[in-house]
Amino acid sequence: MTLKELWHRLGSPRWFYRISGPLAWVLGILALVLLVSGSVWGLAFAPPDYQQGNSFRIIYIHVPTAIVAQSAYMLMGVAGAILLVWRMKMADMVLAATVPFGMTMTALALFTGAVWGKPTWGAWWVWDARTTSMLVLLFLYFGLYALRQAIPRQETAGRACAVLAVVGVINIPIIKYSVDWWLTLHQGATFRLTEAPAMPPEMWIPLAVNVLGLYCFFGANLVGRLRAEIVRREARTAWVRALAAGELQTAREVSEDEVLRMGPGPGAGR
Amino acid sequence: MSFASFGEFLNMGGHALYVWLSYGAAAGVMLYNWAAARRQQRRALQDVLDRMRREAGGRADGRAGRGDEER
Repeated sequence: MTLKELWHRLGSPRWFYRISGPLAWVLGILALVLLVSGSVWGLAFAPPDYQQGNSFRIIYIHVPTAIVAQSAYMLMGVAGAILLVWRMKMADMVLAATVPFGMTMTALALFTGAVWGKPTWGAWWVWDARTTSMLVLLFLYFGLYALRQAIPRQETAGRACAVLAVVGVINIPIIKYSVDWWLTLHQGATFRLTEAPAMPPEMWIPLAVNVLGLYCFFGANLVGRLRAEIVRREARTAWVRALAAGELQTAREVSEDEVLRMGPGPGAGR
Repeated sequence: MSFASFGEFLNMGGHALYVWLSYGAAAGVMLYNWAAARRQQRRALQDVLDRMRREAGGRADGRAGRGDEER
């Protein structure tokens, strides 16, 4: 398959739906294995921090969620750009399917940050460059969610969300460099591409495992939500009707006779 | 193992509230996202089937054409 063919296929909801069923399962199982082992390792086996004691173990939740919350936003920015340039309908579906997950991850990063801040900084919340820019990220997610609800025409809503997603990407480097640009209470980056982590391996390996696990969970969740979005938007096509009848027949929620009686319906051939 | 006993593990050196609150919230958010994706897939397929049922019902009642036009 050439790259150009792959690009065209990725634009086809039907093709994506066909190949993505097993993908969601594989990613989901990988996520479960990685997240359970990374968390047990981090909670029970990693050594306590010499200054923070055991409260530092929140890092195994806080850092992965914050990283994935920003990656999810980056993905929406890319999807938004693709939608605006090539009008690919799958890009809009990716954008819509990512919003709820990214929103909950951002909220969780802020929540675990607050819970970690209390014993470490002595306050649940500080108006610090890192925490404030993460709060802006949460509001961007709220904005994307509300914008789609507010515009009834799907195509208009998609383009408005794409513009907001693309413009909001400016916040990502601000979050990343906030700890370097401004005086801040927040500690610096845990992982850097150019140098070894400041922590010993028995502390950072479980963290890397959890980061990887959460990416897998994000992948599985995105695929799952995307499949629902595809079925909703392509509900009138013959292939989705056949699929719905087939799936629910397997689940014994509808009989074979009834499916035959309904036929392909007016959506056939589209 | 970084703790001498299970009780010490639960106590987290006096930071039990903060550590377990974080992990509990994380587990809740993960479960919610998993359940939401699953529920949406089922509901989307169910909606398609419901529409097919309505359309088939419309035809059987001899109201063909009209029943198909809804929405």
